[in-house]
Amino acid sequence: MTIALRDARLRWGVAMLAVLVVGALAAPGIGALLGAASPTNIGDLLATRLVRPFGVDGSGARHLLGTDAFGRDVLARLWLGARISLGVGVVGSFLAGIIGVALGMIAAWRGGVTDRAVLALSDALLAIPRLVLLLVIATLWGPGLTTVVVVLALTGWMSVARLVRADVLGVRALPYVEAAEAIGVPSYNLLLRHVLPNALGSARVAITLGIGNAMLLESGLSFLGLGVQPPTPSWGNMISGGRDWLITAPWIALSPGVALIITVVACTLIGDALTARDDARGTSRPRGAER
Amino acid sequence: MLLWLVTSLTFVLVHLAPGDAASLLVSPTATAQELAQRRTELGLDGSLATQYGRWIASVLQGDLGESLALSRPVVAVISDALPLSLALGGISLAVSFLLGVPIGAWQSARAGSRGDTFTTICTTTIYAAPSFWLALALIALATTGVAALNAPAWLRLPSFGVRDPAALSTGVAVWRDVARHAVLPLMVLAIPGAAGVARYTRQTMIEARRAHHVATAEGRGVPALRVSRRYILRNAWPPLIVLFGLMLPGIVAGSVFVEQVFAWPGIGRAMMTAIASRDYPVVLALTMVYAATVIGANLIADLALLRVDPRRAST
Repeated sequence: MTIALRDARLRWGVAMLAVLVVGALAAPGIGALLGAASPTNIGDLLATRLVRPFGVDGSGARHLLGTDAFGRDVLARLWLGARISLGVGVVGSFLAGIIGVALGMIAAWRGGVTDRAVLALSDALLAIPRLVLLLVIATLWGPGLTTVVVVLALTGWMSVARLVRADVLGVRALPYVEAAEAIGVPSYNLLLRHVLPNALGSARVAITLGIGNAMLLESGLSFLGLGVQPPTPSWGNMISGGRDWLITAPWIALSPGVALIITVVACTLIGDALTARDDARGTSRPRGAER
Repeated sequence: MLLWLVTSLTFVLVHLAPGDAASLLVSPTATAQELAQRRTELGLDGSLATQYGRWIASVLQGDLGESLALSRPVVAVISDALPLSLALGGISLAVSFLLGVPIGAWQSARAGSRGDTFTTICTTTIYAAPSFWLALALIALATTGVAALNAPAWLRLPSFGVRDPAALSTGVAVWRDVARHAVLPLMVLAIPGAAGVARYTRQTMIEARRAHHVATAEGRGVPALRVSRRYILRNAWPPLIVLFGLMLPGIVAGSVFVEQVFAWPGIGRAMMTAIASRDYPVVLALTMVYAATVIGANLIADLALLRVDPRRAST
């Protein structure tokens, strides 16, 4: 029963994410299919702006999610925004993961001063709420796509580093590592080929969950005007742009939020399923050195 | 020590960034000389090291300096904004736990049932919603939604500011006015909070339920209610306290978006304004407030853990 539930979570999560990725990749095609009007044509603009969901505009084109103040099809923009939002989330979270794995691994392996320095740095960064850190850096260094990705990576590595550090320390105490050391396996080889692969379990889950989190933060920054800049659509700046039309045309601001929720739920489902699987493994095959 | 590291890091970060407060404050036609003079007045001249030395010396004397953009003492800026954020954050945190723990506990007792699955879907979805979006959705509901559904007029809640500018009320009426303004921001903070707490409580209590002593107690015929209260909840407390410690800083920090959307003049808004105008003393002081809250929350959680779980005292 519980196994089936776990599988269902994973299936749903992966399916939802797959649809989003495929849709995002096919975004220009979908746009053409939906007949997204060019926003430069003023004559068309009056006929095509603020069309209600499922409504038909002046030129006879149907818009499933309506159009925005510039007569742009919301659904077409949603898919274009998916590219940016998903891309930023995945790249930002993975870069943070790479930094975290590298620093956590080095801290655990070298110990001593290196270890203490890494821990102190991560403590200091964790003591400032991530959102505040993001705001400070993004505002000061000028908003934009690159800034957002870099900032997400620089503020997201701490938890991964701690998990990897703990796991490397745990694996390092196992007898097989001692055996490998005894037969003279070079240190870096031992670390990268024998220790690290066994110490990535919790980091993997953290990175998956980090994707959803990074997407939420990106949308937040874009919402405040500090992230991806219009006219490039991201879900955050679409919500921000729809804010002025909230009363007359709520679908502009509300539909990107629904897309965002679906994506984050997908990431959470996958993360939950992975955690449950790791837990189940942990009970059936007890690991040697937990501490 | 940690506080010092945090603020020093912020200091370097803020001062390394391009642009400064002086160039934003002088008139667009100012000469280079005027700009330099203004910098000296504001204490923005000299190298990074001298500025840092000056700043740390005054902070150690308990002086947080004066806001560059507002020409007010930083302490005044913060003491104006902090109570408003604390009220919003404190109440919403309390509501999150008062709603979330019972929901999670209820779910854990019937894990796997239809009601549980449905509730999990709800909490996961709500938890995934970005707060600013939730805020906009609620505003839409409280305005067009109320009008379209012919709901009673008192549901038409204000969505902006702390008080009604037209109201010249005094006494109790002021509090009613403030409370009405606080409803929507509170909901935006408390609903996802409760969803998160419920998710976590459910997970924790399911794990606590799996323990052998629970099966023993059930086998001995201990009443179900007593089992959940004495045997399960007791073991679920420590993780919940850790969660509480993690959420505690949210009282001051979690509301940046909400304060922005609802124009609630708390410290989240103060921070946004200060960052935008390169108001270094305010940014640094607010960072210190945030960091102090996080560190203080960790301390409180650790102390509380010792009280609920005496086993930890030995380690």
